[in-house]
Amino acid sequence: MLLNYYMNGFMQTINIHLDAYCVAGNCAVFLLILLIIRFIQSAAHREHYRMAWRQLKVKVLPMISMVILCIYVLLALMDSIAWHDRALNPDGSPSVNVGNYPVFDTNSLTLLDRAFSSLRKNNEKTFSAPFAGEQFTMETIVKANGAKQRITPKLKYPGAHWLGTDKVGSDVLFAALKGVRTALIVGGLTTLIVIPFAIFFGVMAGFFGKWIDDIIQYSYTTLASIPNVLLIVSFMLLMDKGLFQLCIILGVTNWTGLCRFLRGETLKLRELDYVQAAEALGVSRLKIIYRHIVPNLMHIVLIACVLRFSAMVLTEAVLSYIGIGVGSNTGSWGTMINAARLDLTREPVVWWNLLAAFVFMIGLILPANIFGDALRDALDPKLKTR
Amino acid sequence: MNDILLDVQNLKTYFKTSEGIAQAVDGISFQIGKGGTFAIVGESGCGKSVTALSIMRLLQRPSGYIAGGKILFGNTDITALHESELRNIRGNKISMIFQEPMTSLNPVLTIGSQITEAILLHQKVTSKEAKQKAIEMLAKVGIPEPEQRFREYPHQMSGGMRQRVMIAIALSCQPALLIADEPTTALDVTIQAQILNLIKGLQNEMHMAVLLITHDLGVVNQTADGVAVMYAGKIVEQADKATLFRTPLHPYTIMLLRSLPGMQKRGQKLEIIKGMVPGATQFPTYCRFSARCPNVMQVCTEFEPPTVNINGHLVSCFLYAGATEEKPYVIGGSSQADSLPASERGAQKLLEVKGLEVHFPIQKGILKRTVGHVKAVDGVDFTVNTGRTVALVGESGCGKTTAGKAILQLVKPTGGSVKFDGTELVGMHRSELRPLRRNFQIIFQDPYSSLNPRMTVGEMIEEGMIVHNIGADREERLGKLDEILRKVGLDPEMRSRYPHEFSGGQRQRIGIARALAVQPEFIVCDEATSALDVSVQAQILNLLKDLQSEFNLAYLFITHNLGVVEYLSDYVLVMYLGRIVERGRTEEVFENTKHPYTKALLEAVPKLDDKSGLKKIFLEGDVPSPVNPPQGCHFHPRCKQAMDVCKAKYPDKMAFSADHSANCHLYLK
Repeated sequence: MLLNYYMNGFMQTINIHLDAYCVAGNCAVFLLILLIIRFIQSAAHREHYRMAWRQLKVKVLPMISMVILCIYVLLALMDSIAWHDRALNPDGSPSVNVGNYPVFDTNSLTLLDRAFSSLRKNNEKTFSAPFAGEQFTMETIVKANGAKQRITPKLKYPGAHWLGTDKVGSDVLFAALKGVRTALIVGGLTTLIVIPFAIFFGVMAGFFGKWIDDIIQYSYTTLASIPNVLLIVSFMLLMDKGLFQLCIILGVTNWTGLCRFLRGETLKLRELDYVQAAEALGVSRLKIIYRHIVPNLMHIVLIACVLRFSAMVLTEAVLSYIGIGVGSNTGSWGTMINAARLDLTREPVVWWNLLAAFVFMIGLILPANIFGDALRDALDPKLKTR
Repeated sequence: MNDILLDVQNLKTYFKTSEGIAQAVDGISFQIGKGGTFAIVGESGCGKSVTALSIMRLLQRPSGYIAGGKILFGNTDITALHESELRNIRGNKISMIFQEPMTSLNPVLTIGSQITEAILLHQKVTSKEAKQKAIEMLAKVGIPEPEQRFREYPHQMSGGMRQRVMIAIALSCQPALLIADEPTTALDVTIQAQILNLIKGLQNEMHMAVLLITHDLGVVNQTADGVAVMYAGKIVEQADKATLFRTPLHPYTIMLLRSLPGMQKRGQKLEIIKGMVPGATQFPTYCRFSARCPNVMQVCTEFEPPTVNINGHLVSCFLYAGATEEKPYVIGGSSQADSLPASERGAQKLLEVKGLEVHFPIQKGILKRTVGHVKAVDGVDFTVNTGRTVALVGESGCGKTTAGKAILQLVKPTGGSVKFDGTELVGMHRSELRPLRRNFQIIFQDPYSSLNPRMTVGEMIEEGMIVHNIGADREERLGKLDEILRKVGLDPEMRSRYPHEFSGGQRQRIGIARALAVQPEFIVCDEATSALDVSVQAQILNLLKDLQSEFNLAYLFITHNLGVVEYLSDYVLVMYLGRIVERGRTEEVFENTKHPYTKALLEAVPKLDDKSGLKKIFLEGDVPSPVNPPQGCHFHPRCKQAMDVCKAKYPDKMAFSADHSANCHLYLK
């Protein structure tokens, strides 16, 4: 009985978001971080990655970019760890069920929610400008003497909203912070879907050639010739909107470019002397692919990952903006921009919604691109002089 | 002395690198007279190309700069000129041609527009006149049908033709000085002879001086008047050609000449210069050759050697300090070059190739209809006996590399038979072939692309041993691996290093170790020493010979370097357009040459002991395309002795002795 009690409590306490897309999303976040750690671990033993790192770490801009990216990842991680609080009775005591089971809140809160709880809770009535002490819109109040007056009322939390509040008075900075996780999941999970596809098909087509090459080439050329938006819209309408579905369809529509590139590289590598030497030694073809081809493609994959990541973040924003991205209950910069569209038509203009989404997006994309470029310089042997 | 055209005085060119300042050229002086030919020879990394680039002021900026000295061209000092004034000189008064004819022409412009561009830049002519001049130049450099060629693109021409176009561009403004940086290194010997003859002819016609940069002492002997030998950024010896080859003084020059392989050194070890050229950032303040010199003295490791002038023969070496005569010192170990133990040459048949064919289909259209075949290898027969070396020679494009790969089943033969130790390899399934593969291995030409940059040396060598279960466990395997590394002259400590940490010669040793690790009986050496410097080539050739006598290895040596063939091989096959035209024991083929193609090939090789200068007889034209080989004897369009029957019928084999035979109508009655 007691065990049951604790088990039940425990299960609910560690309950990470149960909704389907959230589970998948969290798995993606943890998997992504795990993979990054695993990659750094294995790269630390590889001389040529160490050389690239030595070259990279003395450059100021890429290093700043890397720190910023780490902060974003940290925010996404915080937003992925969630647990339920004990539900409280109106008198403030923890509520219990029949049989003395603890009762939990139906909504779980993430670490990010808890860390920025003041932002989350300190809602205003409606719009307020960044750092403002007063509400943005006028209100009519009736004075004690019955006279009506138009004023901008004082805010409940003056100066607390660094990026202002939106139409229903919630903090814009907080909304933007909640968009970080979505962006990273879309960027990361999509890349995770793309890479195995691209490597598998690209290497197969390039290495084995003949009819395998023909089939793979025909399929990706066909796929690439269908407008992506069309595919995405039909898929999203078919499968219902959601973060996870979005990642899948973005992954499916985006592997062709990298695949084509890897096929070409494999074709080139296959003819190199060391691959021929391995064949002459009697090394099996799978081993040749595993030991001689793929390791020599990894730097391309890595560069493509970082650069593709930012493209995916932007695509998500665009798709959410036109209403076929993530669902409306998932915070996302695209959704914010969509909402800001209406705000921009007001007079005077409400601009901070758009600005917040813009600043956060630039803050992620720009460092990712700078870092990606620096990574390419450090890893691409063609740019190095012998 | 007003007939001096270029006077380089104490030129110093340095490069800033992350490891410090590289003294690529460190105080060299030489002069070129009007209309003369001056050659700078040296191994890679000695600073000879940097010298050429310094004269053109084409150094890579900002890292490279001229740190001192003067380059007097007539009366102007090139080092002091402004960029805008330089443009007047470059291409106009001094032109340059480069080594790689494939990359020095712009692929998207017609060759005509590339020549007229140079003419219009420096001469005040209309574009019509420029075109006229360009066509004249093309005719002058021996390009047939220049008016049509004018409109063609570089990819439509062969390497030799492109080098001719480069020369046409360089000479279009009638420069007073032509700098030729390894102009023939990327070309076949027959084409090399054509190009050298062309440069020489044009030089006389246009009264132009030539600065020739090369690593090939044979080319120097054929073309140059004056020679400077460079080592590690300094000129170590300088004299006129005849003197230098008659009485070389500096130990480096002497050793370099001796390390060349050739007929007279058969059965002996080649003399080698130990070690390698020091890195340009770590040149010592004393004699730079001292670490490799067999005659090194105490003083050599303390001071920089003085330059001694012995009747115009300059040499920088302490051996000659105060000398007044050209009396070369006896360099240690010269006469006692170890002769190799004659290996037990069993006449056992190891490899038997019969009618080997590799035809690549040419496919066209969406249905990939086969419209023809590239007959890369078209019926090749030969045998290789255990412990013997067979050389396969021919110009590039003759199919020799494809033949080598087809024997190893790396390229699938389309016909014929390859029997190894009595087992038929052609048509064998991949999985059946795998266990047999340990018996035959391959060593490649390019030491850079033959090693996987992502694997350590140990991993690479171990890979084959794992496949063939050599060594009972990892420990035993690593023990064997260390032994092999020691055998090829590498330190077992180097096992955990990556290929980029090694020099070209060391990489080639790693490639040899990888092949040896599976204990093969037969190795295909595909141009195994072609990419290496002379002194390193000698080291590798010695190594290959040692290994042959130790393990009773058989080699198929694919090469275009006939000196290596003479030195190393027992049996020679001469290949032309996919077929073998002459075969026989090396002495027979070289001394009693039958086929006109073999004769032409041998004639074209620039030789050291040759006083006659340039040859008159050499091969005209290029190798025809194997898609459309000429009717009858493939060689007849280039053959000086072609008869009517040659155009009609491919000649049968004619035997001259038990081993020696050729396919030529001259000998068929």
